[in-house]
Amino acid sequence: MALSELEVRKLALLARLELSDDEVRKLGPQIDSILGFVNQLSELDTEDVQPMTTALDVDNRWRADVVTAGLSNDQALHNAPSRDDECFRVPAVLGTAAAKNA
Amino acid sequence: MFDSASEILSLQSSGEATAVEIAEKTLAAIEVSQGKHNSFTHVARESALAAAAAVDAKRGSGEKLGPLAGVPVAVKDVLCTRDMPTTCSSNMLRNFEPPYDATVVQKLRDADAVIVGKTNMDEFAMGASTETSAFGVTRNPWDTDRTPGGSSGGAAACVAAGSVPLSLGTDTGGSIRQPAAFCGVTGLKPTYGRVSRFGLVAFASSLDQIGPIAWSAADCALMLETIAGFEPRDSTSLETPVASYTEALASTDLRGLKIGVLRNSIDTDGLDDSIRAAVNASTDAFKELGAEIVEVDLPHSNYWVPTYYVIAPSEASSNLSRYDGAHYGHRASDIDRNTKDGPLVEMYCRSRSEGFGAEVKRRIMVGTYALSEGYADEYYNKALKVRRLIKGDYDAAFTQCDLLLGPVTPTSAFKLGDKIDDPIQMYLCDLFTVGANLAGVPAISVPAGFDAGGLPIGLQLQAPVLQESRLLFAANAFQSITDHHKHRPSC
Amino acid sequence: MSSLAEHSVVGLCIPIAERSATIHSDQYRLPIMTVTAPNTVTTIIGLEVHVQLKTETKLFCGCKTQFGAPPNTQVCPVCLGLPGALPVMNDRAIELAVKAGLAINCDIPPMSKWDRKQYFYPDLPKGYQISQFDLPICGEGYLDIPDDENDGDTVRIGITRAHLEEDAGKSMHDEASGTGDTRIDLNRCGTPLLEIVSEPDMRSSAQAQAYLTQLKALMIHMGISDCEMQEGSLRVDANVNLHINVGEKKIATPIVEVKNMNSFRAVEAAIEHEVVRQYDVWQETGKTIKEEPKTTRGWDDTKEITFQQREKEESADYRYFPDPDLLPVRILREQVEAIRSTLGETPDQTRDRLPGQYGIKPYDADVIVKSGSQMVVYFERVAELSGDGKRASSWVQQDVMRTMKDRQIDVSDFPVDADKLGDLLKRIAAGDIDNSRAKDVFNHLVDNDQSVDEAIQSLGIESVDSSEIDALVQELLDANPKIVEDVLSGNEKAVGALIGQAKKKNPNANPQVIRETALRIIKSK
Repeated sequence: MALSELEVRKLALLARLELSDDEVRKLGPQIDSILGFVNQLSELDTEDVQPMTTALDVDNRWRADVVTAGLSNDQALHNAPSRDDECFRVPAVLGTAAAKNA
Repeated sequence: MFDSASEILSLQSSGEATAVEIAEKTLAAIEVSQGKHNSFTHVARESALAAAAAVDAKRGSGEKLGPLAGVPVAVKDVLCTRDMPTTCSSNMLRNFEPPYDATVVQKLRDADAVIVGKTNMDEFAMGASTETSAFGVTRNPWDTDRTPGGSSGGAAACVAAGSVPLSLGTDTGGSIRQPAAFCGVTGLKPTYGRVSRFGLVAFASSLDQIGPIAWSAADCALMLETIAGFEPRDSTSLETPVASYTEALASTDLRGLKIGVLRNSIDTDGLDDSIRAAVNASTDAFKELGAEIVEVDLPHSNYWVPTYYVIAPSEASSNLSRYDGAHYGHRASDIDRNTKDGPLVEMYCRSRSEGFGAEVKRRIMVGTYALSEGYADEYYNKALKVRRLIKGDYDAAFTQCDLLLGPVTPTSAFKLGDKIDDPIQMYLCDLFTVGANLAGVPAISVPAGFDAGGLPIGLQLQAPVLQESRLLFAANAFQSITDHHKHRPSC
Repeated sequence: MSSLAEHSVVGLCIPIAERSATIHSDQYRLPIMTVTAPNTVTTIIGLEVHVQLKTETKLFCGCKTQFGAPPNTQVCPVCLGLPGALPVMNDRAIELAVKAGLAINCDIPPMSKWDRKQYFYPDLPKGYQISQFDLPICGEGYLDIPDDENDGDTVRIGITRAHLEEDAGKSMHDEASGTGDTRIDLNRCGTPLLEIVSEPDMRSSAQAQAYLTQLKALMIHMGISDCEMQEGSLRVDANVNLHINVGEKKIATPIVEVKNMNSFRAVEAAIEHEVVRQYDVWQETGKTIKEEPKTTRGWDDTKEITFQQREKEESADYRYFPDPDLLPVRILREQVEAIRSTLGETPDQTRDRLPGQYGIKPYDADVIVKSGSQMVVYFERVAELSGDGKRASSWVQQDVMRTMKDRQIDVSDFPVDADKLGDLLKRIAAGDIDNSRAKDVFNHLVDNDQSVDEAIQSLGIESVDSSEIDALVQELLDANPKIVEDVLSGNEKAVGALIGQAKKKNPNANPQVIRETALRIIKSK
């Protein structure tokens, strides 16, 4: 099930990682061997097993609908790589392949 | 230096030392050790001295003091601190300043502890050697050519070096216990949900827990008592009241306690003979303390590591999506506005590639694959089911015994560089530790001897959910008749 | 969601004439039914409606959800997605979601859970949206809407599911600075939304409109949402395609999801546009749902056309998985029943009841009902206390609603509560105060936390003694013999001219009393 370089690049785009040619060549076989290693799980019959999504047997942790103190605008933007007086700034979202689908 | 956190408390109450003197001494020791071991990403000299002075002032005015008053504490750099950077040892967060304290950090401050700095780790806690840190490797104080383990390598090394009595680590697959074993100190991973994760920068949310690393089980009990407890801001935090862990240490009589030895782990081919011998010898020590020894098996233990290396990277790939250069963290400069995918995607991809190191990228790729359309059933969903089988093994084993006993690591500390290019060899460091994370049970690593090269060996005890008291009770009893934990490297 | 292709072709069929592309290329309108070579075409419509739940705080943190705050001021580590922050769900959001589900006849399953929907976008700071994938909070249900074909009948629109999710922030393209940057405001991030997904059961834009109107009225009435499309608290996506019978063969055109419609009118126009467009494209290309299952198009409100949104380089792969930071939601039967018991009347039932009970017009009842159940409660209290339903209706619709709108406040925060307004209107009915002075009192009460008595006192309004009025009117009549003459010759309206003068001399004089006194004095002469 070796991953082709094209598949590695597609996966990297999905994960928003830019990989050099060298990284692609190196990562492909590494991911293959990791996937091969974890694929041992397929030996097990889990037909009737319920998936375990949390380590706790607890549910319904709710909070009351009460306002709590948040951050000031300046605190919120403190770590922003690019900002103005009010907002975070990012390169144009228009005309990108990441067009929102939600 | 000092022998225990409780000694530091009594030196102050007796008036033999002030918190400021203790902090000065600790900071001086850190300075010496830092050049050799690189345990810290940030030493908070000024704020530590200020906190210590505040403790002295409080004592002077007769105010009530917290349970860790004046005790120097190191915090793993994956826990948010509002007055120090929080980097996760990553270039991605090199300049990140959180606007808030993690709950555990707040609890330490409320207990009047003196936070001396942030400790080095594998980047985003992904690794078993602290070699993936963007701030340089941490070296094992017992042999500086060797790794202290990871990911809480700095947290364990600064305790081993004798500079800090208490240290906070985090454990997703063994990241407290394995470095504790490699460094000859005691480290405890609590029950999932016992310590609030609010402010812990997530690696794998369903597995991460915060826990203490210290010179002894008694000091671990002291620290755990301070940091454990329900937290309304963490949905996965448990409401059960916190037991008095220090009170559980009053007796060392283990009569009536049934310890299940994990024979299959001990007989594993890959286990070093010296570790096997140390674990067997510890079994005799527990017998001497009155415990009953039985043999038990966790049948799916061969599947722990594969299960873990699907679930952990899957969750990590999602948790690390927030580091995209948009709102905080590293952003690539000189974005080409005319690339195929547009300037925004270009910014995302380049920022993440520049900000993350190789191991983080590898795990993001594996996790993204395991969750992707057409593969999720084969990998992620399959692993969730096997996780249930693994949990079932633990439940069954604990009907036969009160505690499980086995090794922490297959080998003692390995040489720096030995495994960094072989992911699977590195992953197998977690062979004996990831079970406790998958099942959510508490586990402790206790010094159990030294190998022929003079390197520390760890012993692992695991307990049923919320039985930290039992774990600490047994570990403390063991330390009452052994002295492995009292040895210090000559550094 | 059930597959559209499997859906049986029933309901309204629109025959579309064979046409060449040039005939209608200038204008997209439903064609006139000049059937030449008929292919029977059925429009299949399913709607996804996002309603913002009326909570004080966000879905997973304690930040306010108020509309219109300065950018990035209603944020905290949780909704900013800062490292280490964790979500905890809002109990009120759960309650409102269940209430909404019950209002549209949904099953409420015993367990639901949270999942992460993953994609990168700068208004989504965690890189994933917390949503519900396979176990939504509300299961199957339905909504009956008026049948526009047969008066008095209803059509049942199936509800596939309704799930909770957090809203994203707002991206604003910065044209001013010339950098081409996008500015990000995360205030809206984490606001609770309920996405209500209908079955593809609607067969015309009119039905879609009726469904939306009905759903909106219900959500407002039950206090679940404000449903303000302008503020984004109600958003609609429409899934549209055509089933075309070509002789014996039945084909389905690719499903188009139309987004970004900002009014019900736009939804209607977009659907109508799609019907024509899809038919033309099918004629041109012959493409069916088998070749191209689904595409997304935007709506251009000025040009009134849908447009192709940019093709993605990669197909969307959201990598849904259960959010490990949140626990499953288990809702006990008793809790569901407790919420059910709070549902009360449906808007239709209230609308039918009010005219008979309070003597108001059906139109006025409709306006009050459309303003939500809290407004109904307010109105009923005022009507009962004042003993005059018509007056209560008029004041509620004019003075109360206008002030609420001007000041952007809810009826629950309205400074003149129902008891005060009822008291005030009762005094008008008793003749203790006239209408215009009552408005002064009302306006004073809006700005001052006082009782009606205190307000009357603050404004210096005093009830005027009848002997005083008599003297005042006599004085005015003496000065205006023309008015006396007019009245005596049968024109009683002429006394109206006295009222203004009387008010000038004594602002507390009641116009009704002046009128009556003047007539009495003149006629007694």
